This record gives sequence, structure tokens and C-alpha cells, in this order.
Amino acid sequence: MARYLLSVHSVAGEARDPMTDEEMQQSYKQISILEEEMRSAGAWVFSGRLHDPDTATVVRISGGEVVTTDGPFVESKEHLGGFYIIQAEDLDAALAWGIQGHLRHQGADRGSSVRRFRG
Amino acid sequence: MNPAPGMHPGPDSVGDVEGAATLDEAEVGRIFREESGRSVAALIGVFGDIDLSEDAVQEAFAIALRKWPGEGLPPNPGGWITTTARNRALDRLRRESRGRELLSELAVLMPSSDEPGTPEEVGPVQDDRLRLIFTCCHPALSTDAQVALTLRLLGGLSTKQVARAFLVTESTMARRLVRAKHKIKAARIPYRTPAAHELPDRLRPVLAVVYLIYNAGLTSPAEPDLCAEAIQLTRILASLMPDEPEVAGLLALLLLTESRRSSRTRPDGSLALLGEQGRTRWNRAMIAEGQAIVRRCLRRNQPGAYQLQAAINAVHADAPTVEQTDWPQIVALYDHLLAIAPTPVVALNRAIAIGEVQGPAAALALVDELDLDTYYPYHAARADLLRRLGRHREAAAAYQRAAAMAPTQAERDFLSLGGRGSR
Repeated sequence: MARYLLSVHSVAGEARDPMTDEEMQQSYKQISILEEEMRSAGAWVFSGRLHDPDTATVVRISGGEVVTTDGPFVESKEHLGGFYIIQAEDLDAALAWGIQGHLRHQGADRGSSVRRFRG
Repeated sequence: MNPAPGMHPGPDSVGDVEGAATLDEAEVGRIFREESGRSVAALIGVFGDIDLSEDAVQEAFAIALRKWPGEGLPPNPGGWITTTARNRALDRLRRESRGRELLSELAVLMPSSDEPGTPEEVGPVQDDRLRLIFTCCHPALSTDAQVALTLRLLGGLSTKQVARAFLVTESTMARRLVRAKHKIKAARIPYRTPAAHELPDRLRPVLAVVYLIYNAGLTSPAEPDLCAEAIQLTRILASLMPDEPEVAGLLALLLLTESRRSSRTRPDGSLALLGEQGRTRWNRAMIAEGQAIVRRCLRRNQPGAYQLQAAINAVHADAPTVEQTDWPQIVALYDHLLAIAPTPVVALNRAIAIGEVQGPAAALALVDELDLDTYYPYHAARADLLRRLGRHREAAAAYQRAAAMAPTQAERDFLSLGGRGSR
């Protein structure tokens, strides 16, 4: 078994209506169903959803001085929205969970990247 | 697999001086390349390590170069390479401590009593080449990496040969291969044949890679010949996946295209259009084989883009002269192709065929709607249609644009002369 990080990115700035409460409920429900499936398949290790990127605080070390600033780390169109750490036999199995995740959500365009942990 | 042409008849004639003398280094290289993909695939299946398997097969090649010219071909060269390479790999693993761990895990898989250095022929082994090609062409790898891995591991080309074929330096190609193999290992890209439900998605890049290799061979003649390499790869795919109509379609398409390759250029190296080619020079054996496959595809009736392109080429191959071509049939096939592969390039080719049925004005109206400004055959097609309509000044301008963009000297010459000689 190998461990993979599935990071789920949302594309910011895409014109889309904010989710209604009902859609939000529906979305959480879908996610918890998926996580339940991951658990019973023995694939789930850890997962989390993040607040919006504009709530991020950045800490830099520059010339031995610590600088703390507001805002996301890099100017980017894509932002990390959440992640899963899963166990899978190989890349194909890990990708299959990633695809499942995307299929459960409706509406917003998303992408995810799948990387295996070292060791 | 069929015995390689010119293969040594068998053990009885080992030491036959005349036979052995004909086996020069180039021939050993050719036979070795033909057989090595199967050996690399088999070794990866056993050891699970691409580099180890590749190096071991390379060492077996060095031994073959020493032995075969003097001793003649072993009766089963493929089995000889696999056994020799496997023994080399085992030797190496025994020398390394991590290797000894791996060996104990593999013990169940290995045949007992293996005296290294005395290759005994292995019997018919399971053909692992199918899972190797699906690993090489995994969608998680870039197209460049897919092409390079396929030619290196399945085609048995050296890194230098792959580099030359794609006009990059050997060190660039070496880095590309190292990076691709690292990704396979790091991301754990599986070494297996996809399940039936995954096959449509996974087969697409495999066929695209082979087609790309063929087209690279058409535009840049290199040694070894990439067109022959691509056809050989497709033959392997077709024998391993006899029920996939698009694999058969690609094989037919390549055979029918290849049947005309020697007539695509004139003796001076310039390009000859389909209508000007000496059709007696077309390779009839390849045409017969390609057409037979197309007929089987038609009976199976699961059309796809490669099968339809093959069918179009089969119609061309049927016509004794360009005037006798069944153009309405070709238009009908392009209609079908455009429906399943609605790309501007297909639309352009369909428009050209329509020009042969309804005249150049009808074709030009269709061509002018296409957004293909950066595709030089678009300007060449427009130029030809304008010339046929007597709009010579516009035709000249279009020929110039096409010539400026054409990738080979033969095509540039042809186009800058204003499509000289065509009707």
C-alpha cells in the first residue's frame, strides 16, 4: 500500500453563484458519504476542508527577520480548498478516489492533484 | 512470433561458417531489437524494476554481439535474451544487499537451479508487452515521455536513436527518460493491463503514441526507420488485443499509408501529390493486407476514427487513377468521421473531397469557414482551389504562406513552385 495526498483545488474568480444553504447541505452530505466509503474500503487516513484562501496568513523569513502578512501565499488562480490523505495500491487506485470526489460535487469547476508520500 | 527473416535455421547449423559470417553487427542489432521488448517486459514483470530490467537486457545485447556472429543465432533468440538478461539481473541482485532482500521475496516466482552464464532456453513465457505499453503510455506521463519510453522499452531503440528521431540531444533524451521512469516509480504507476471499463480511455493514448511515432518517421527519415517501428508496434498490439476494432483500424491505416510512402517523393526529393504518384509503385501486398483488415472492420461495424481513416485510404488504394477515385464514397466516409471526430483538420479534408465531387467553388466556401490559419496544409489546399478557380494572384499568395510554414524542404520546394504540375 502507498499513501497519497489528494489536494483539491478550486478555481477562484470563476463566475458562479454562491451555493445556497440547501446546496451546501447537499454537498456536505455527499462528502461524508464519500468519506464513509473511503473508510470502509480502508483507504481513508485523514481529510480536511479549509476556509477560503483570503483568510490565510503568510509567515516569511527574510534576512533572519520574521514577516507576517495577510493573504494567500502565492498569487494563483487555483487555491487549495481541501485535501485527503489516502492509502491506495497504486496511482490508478488513488486517481479513482479523486475522480469519485469530483463526481460527487456539482457546479463549481475543480481540479485535484495526486502525489505519493515519500517512504 | 514469426521467425525473423534471415534467421539462422537452427541448432544443427551452429558453426556453419557461411551462415555465421552473414550475421553482422547490424543484423544482430535488428534481430535483438525485434525480440528485446518482450524480454524487457518479462523482466519488469518478475523484478518490478524498469532500470534493472533495461540494464540487464542491454548486457544481454553486449553478449549477443560477442557470441552470435561467431556461433550463429540461438534457435530461440527471444528466449535466449530473456534467460541471459534474467541471469544478469539475478547476478546483480545477489551482489547487492537490498537485492538479496528482493530476491528472497521473489524466490517463489523464480525457477529453481539457475546457473548464471549458461542460458538455458525458457519455454513460452507470458507476453508482458501489453502491460508494458499501458505503463509507458499512462496518461499521468507527458506525451513526449510516453513516446520516448515506448520506443526505448518496447521498440528496443537506444537512447541515442530515440534522441536522433526527435531531433533532441542525447543528454536531453536521457533526462526525459530518467524523469519518466522516476515518475513511474515515485507515483507508483501500475504495471498492469487496464480493466475492460478503463480500456477506452487508456487505449487512446497508446494508439496516439504509435501514430505519432509513424508520423515522425514520415517527416524525419531516421535510422532505425520509425515508420517500420510504428507498424511493428501496432502488429504487436493487434495480436495482443485482437478484439479491439480501433487497434485493427490503426494497423490498416498505417499499412495503407505506408504502401504509398516510396511514391510520396520524387527522385529529386520533392513531394508528389496523391494524384501525381506513380500508382504502380504502390506496395500491393501492404494494400491487400490493409484492405482485408478494413473489410473485417466494416463487418464488425463498430466504427472509430482510425478505422474510418483506414477506409478512406482503402478507397484511394482501389482507384487505378486519381480520376477513377470513388469520391462520393470518400465524402460519405468523411461525413461519418467528422461526426465522431469534429476537428477542423477533418473538416478540411472533407472539404477537399467535396471539391472533387462538386467542384472547387463549393470546397472553397467550406474551407474559408475554417479556423486553421496556423496549419500549412490549410493554405496549400486553399491555394490549389483558388488556382483551379483561375484566381491566380490569390493562389500565389496562399502558396507562399503555405511554403513559409511547411516543415520539410521537399514540401517548401513544392509549394513555393506553386504546386507545379498538379492538374
